[in-house]
Amino acid sequence: MKQSRRTFLKSTVAVGAASLAGPALIGTAHAADDTIKIANITDVSGGLDIYGQPQVACLELAVDEVNANGGVLGKQVELIKYDPQSNIQLYTQYATEAATREQVSAVFGGVTSASREAIRPLLRRYNTLYFYPTLYEGGVCDRNFFCNGSTPAQTIEVLMPFVMEKFSGKKVYVIAADYNYGWISAKWVKHYTEANGGEVLDTEYFPLDVTDFGATIKNIQAAKPDILFTLLVGGNHMSFFRQWASAGLAGKIPMASSDFGVGNEHIVLTPEESNGMVAAYAYMQELETTANTAFLERLRAKFGDDTPYVNELAVSAYNAFYHWVGGVERAGTTDRLAVIKALEDGTPFNGPGGRSVIDPRTHHAILDVHIGEVENNAFRVLESHSQRPPSDTAQFCDLLSNPNDNQQYVIGTKA
Amino acid sequence: MDYIIVLILQVLYSVASLALVCAGLAVVFGMMRVINLAHGEFIMLGGFTTVLSANAGVPLMIAILVIAPLAVGIAGYLIERLVVRHLYGRMVDTMLATWGLSLLLVGLATMVFGNQVAGVAAPFGSVTIGAYGVSLYDVFVIGITIAVLVASYFVLAHTNLGLIARGAMQNPEMASSLGASPARIYSVTFTAGAALSGLAGGILAPLSGVVPTMGAAFVAKAFITVITGGASILTGTITASGILGGISTLTTFAINPVIGDVALLLTAIILLRFLPYGITGRFFRGAN
Repeated sequence: MKQSRRTFLKSTVAVGAASLAGPALIGTAHAADDTIKIANITDVSGGLDIYGQPQVACLELAVDEVNANGGVLGKQVELIKYDPQSNIQLYTQYATEAATREQVSAVFGGVTSASREAIRPLLRRYNTLYFYPTLYEGGVCDRNFFCNGSTPAQTIEVLMPFVMEKFSGKKVYVIAADYNYGWISAKWVKHYTEANGGEVLDTEYFPLDVTDFGATIKNIQAAKPDILFTLLVGGNHMSFFRQWASAGLAGKIPMASSDFGVGNEHIVLTPEESNGMVAAYAYMQELETTANTAFLERLRAKFGDDTPYVNELAVSAYNAFYHWVGGVERAGTTDRLAVIKALEDGTPFNGPGGRSVIDPRTHHAILDVHIGEVENNAFRVLESHSQRPPSDTAQFCDLLSNPNDNQQYVIGTKA
Repeated sequence: MDYIIVLILQVLYSVASLALVCAGLAVVFGMMRVINLAHGEFIMLGGFTTVLSANAGVPLMIAILVIAPLAVGIAGYLIERLVVRHLYGRMVDTMLATWGLSLLLVGLATMVFGNQVAGVAAPFGSVTIGAYGVSLYDVFVIGITIAVLVASYFVLAHTNLGLIARGAMQNPEMASSLGASPARIYSVTFTAGAALSGLAGGILAPLSGVVPTMGAAFVAKAFITVITGGASILTGTITASGILGGISTLTTFAINPVIGDVALLLTAIILLRFLPYGITGRFFRGAN
């Protein structure tokens, strides 16, 4: 990290003083400049760039829009972009740099849950607001942290009964990525399957470098489930759908997922390999609402032929920035605690996917959730659920009565 | 009954695909004692060549069996002439150089093709065995691997080229004094190894997505298998793939893929503890 001793001293003193005298000092440090700095730490190269690139595009669009309308508190927003190259070590390095040397007002970013957990404690220590714009397994309870994506209670809770009824099946087989997202989400799938009178036959976990799914495909056929629920992540795992189709099983066992499509799986795979997959998200590009049409037009005007396919992750980044802008405007300052209090007042932001409200108890977003089915490389929206609360995290987390809480709760553990 | 047939087919397929992924590396390591850390990237190049040619309208079989090995073979020839030949006999230096090459190739592929997963659907469709659907492409992979191994055996055992190659492998000075040029033999060997890796990439392209970083998923397993196999190219590849692929697939079936990988590594460690020169360092000595 490039940092001179002097800037290091300055930042350490500032952080030290802030922790003594309250974070107001950080706010005044910004007031000296005529811009407000924010940082984005998102993978736009390496294995995860397929998730990160649309997020950064939408965040840039949001920053441009706000700056064109006069900025925040009359100041232009300066976006400092870091690319951690799908490498967790770089996350911590850049987060430290953003919080100390750059003294940003807020950090946006993180793709995998592992990268989020690498920088979340660090940003809390440095008293720097952190917005995580990615759907994840839920449960993080931290007053310095805001999640703008969906969590299992918002998506899987409506998806599970939907597919169990649509395919009139009770027996579910789960295949998941072998890290905290897959493990915790699989627990939620089991929870909601059983809550709807079904049963999970088996759950298999795959490290992210697995490309040969032959044995699993035979095991699934032997188990004969009514529904196959996939929580696979990344490019290697796409092989599963290829091998599934080439074994002649496409369409034989219905599939559902809470993350299929955010890695453009439904575009890369052929229609034969991906048709019929049912998924639930807080946003789908195919939504035909005036807000979404206008949003897509603005995105196309900015990026032209390079416009990425937009998914929930990208729109969450867009929403996250607008929530922060609203919080700062309502607080009248970039002071961290004042902004947190303003964000806890429940003011909605009407984004491309619908209304998004920050739940003051959990700092997660209350979102409209849409269920869609993959049809010829696109999602067909089947039904929408209005204003789903993050009830999974809310089971354990109440930041209003316990503002110093700082942990990630996992289903099955006692609060 | 149907389960047993499907299980046997799956084990055969896993062994075949492991042998296929190893073949190119085994040739280069066995003949030249060069550890090519860019092996995974050769596979990746083969995959991209196949996908791009197939998307451009070339029949898939020609893309896999002709264009992919040809293109990667040419790339391998150039790399041998430009980089590897300067480093013969310096194992650590070749490892460093080919590792750098691997990073370079991943970077270049990302720049040119983007980090999107590309792919083609597997041809041939499927058959039903009892209650199970089985991909005919899996059967094709088993067949093509057997064909590649038989062809390699024929070249090594029954042609002049094979005789010279084996001679140069056993004693390069002697082969050189008998008029064979080691430089040429090494060049041909490296090219052949690269072509085999390209073929493996082409064959795997319809089954696994093709991404610039895909090499990493193959290179570690290929290395462990080749080292476990030992000095004999063919016998080593076949026995090591058979043992490691078989054990890992059966454990994957019985338990899960994580334990399958653990079983593969554990078996390799145990084998190398007792057979430090690989399986063919003790058994089947002198075989091809």
